[in-house]
Amino acid sequence: MSAPLVEVRDVNFAYDSRPILKGINMSFPKGKLIAIMGGSGCGKTTLFRLIGGAIKPTRGEIRIDGQDMHELDQQGLYDMRRKMGVLFQFGALFTDMSVFDNVAFQMREHTDLPEEVIRDLVMMKLHAVGLRGTHDLMPAELSGGMARRVALARTVALDPMLILYDEPFAGLDPISLTVVGQLIRKLNDALGATSVIVTHDVQESLKIVDYIYFIADGVIVAEGTPDEISASDKPFVHQFVHGEMDGPVPFHYPGGDYRKDLGVPA
Amino acid sequence: MPVAKSLKVIGRRSINAVWRIGYASRFFVMTLFYSGTSFRRFRLTVKEMFSSGVMSLIIILVSGMFVGMVLGLQGYETLKRYGSESALGSLVALSLVRELGPVLAALLFASRAGSAMTAEIGLMKATEQIAAMEMMAVNPIARVVAPRFWAGVISMPLLAALFSAMGVFGGYVVGVVIIGVDEGSFWSQMQASVDFQHDVLNGVIKSFVFGLAVTAIALFEGYDAPPTAEGVSGATTRTVVQSSLAILMLDFILTAFMFQGA
Repeated sequence: MSAPLVEVRDVNFAYDSRPILKGINMSFPKGKLIAIMGGSGCGKTTLFRLIGGAIKPTRGEIRIDGQDMHELDQQGLYDMRRKMGVLFQFGALFTDMSVFDNVAFQMREHTDLPEEVIRDLVMMKLHAVGLRGTHDLMPAELSGGMARRVALARTVALDPMLILYDEPFAGLDPISLTVVGQLIRKLNDALGATSVIVTHDVQESLKIVDYIYFIADGVIVAEGTPDEISASDKPFVHQFVHGEMDGPVPFHYPGGDYRKDLGVPA
Repeated sequence: MPVAKSLKVIGRRSINAVWRIGYASRFFVMTLFYSGTSFRRFRLTVKEMFSSGVMSLIIILVSGMFVGMVLGLQGYETLKRYGSESALGSLVALSLVRELGPVLAALLFASRAGSAMTAEIGLMKATEQIAAMEMMAVNPIARVVAPRFWAGVISMPLLAALFSAMGVFGGYVVGVVIIGVDEGSFWSQMQASVDFQHDVLNGVIKSFVFGLAVTAIALFEGYDAPPTAEGVSGATTRTVVQSSLAILMLDFILTAFMFQGA
């Protein structure tokens, strides 16, 4: 196995006194596509924000390319983020800019490339996601799936070494979902990057990722390759992968006595 | 213990208010600190001047015209009682340049451009555009906030000047063209009574200060807005209310300093 690009060591995080993550340990090898999965509110988005350096852990460390993210000053953090790409849940395209300007944004902000070179690079990135023909459109003129693909082109604009995806499949129709999933895999391999997908879409993730971590109640409850996860007989993993209504994650939110709530005598 | 509960609520609100003032001050200092980009890449500021300044022109010009026309009408009726109709030009120009131009233009600017700035930045935050910029290693204060701030500060005195100019024209149309005040005395009285430094320059300083206040409030409210539809709408309302109060309060303070004993 190749050396890890990202190492998450004994990471704890709490909002006020409410613990969200409890002693998380993960390792993301270079060139691999990793999924972090779990139900809503399990702490996976918090972990995503920790890896991106948006928040600091209450204990533990996150090392990217050998550097502790949370010991970096703002300039150091920005230097690190230039090597990263982040795809937000609904794309987060800049709505006052055209598709072309969105993809060109980082090139213009961080490089001194001439405009002709930027144009060629943008067209290549858009071509890679199949949307070269949309370069003159505004984000409001795109469908949800197309917007996600443009955002993907913008994410890989500067050929990042690490790409983070926050719920990349949320709200997509089946065709767009497959297209985005395949693009994530192909772009990761073509760029030689390492990708981390935070998602709760089991079936699509199992098709494209190399390794999966399952989080529940702030701890890792299962991990393994897609084959290992599919074959897992752990109750939580089984319920999650097969979308069962009841199990370790109960259908009913804890409440008082049902008869009492209905006013029926015991 | 209702007293203890009330004290607790008052205490919490006071702490929140102080915290917010501190946060707003820090935001303002950061905006000034990261203003370099706004001038190095001045086209970013010019683009925002178009949105906040040029797009406010219609409302500023039309309002200025009507305010000047009302001033002409009301001023004539009052001056006629003392046989001083010839001073109409002075009355219109001094009222506009010293007070009405900067104040009304700023109030209109707060409603038109200030609210738009708050809504835009609030929605950028709600749709994760600000977070995306941050993750692309681009400082949103430098790239989004500072150009809008300087665009507002530069646009405001220009809009106030146009408001006053249109007002004078409106006063001329009503006073001279419609009512029939002598044209020569209208302009000559105006020229004689309006002092460039004392009246015009002080009016420009006022509008500059108002522009600074309105834009700072609008940008802070947008940046601090909770990322929900309700949050953005509340922030937009706060921008208009706080800006309007700030303009009127600052106007009193500035007027007291500028025109005392004049």
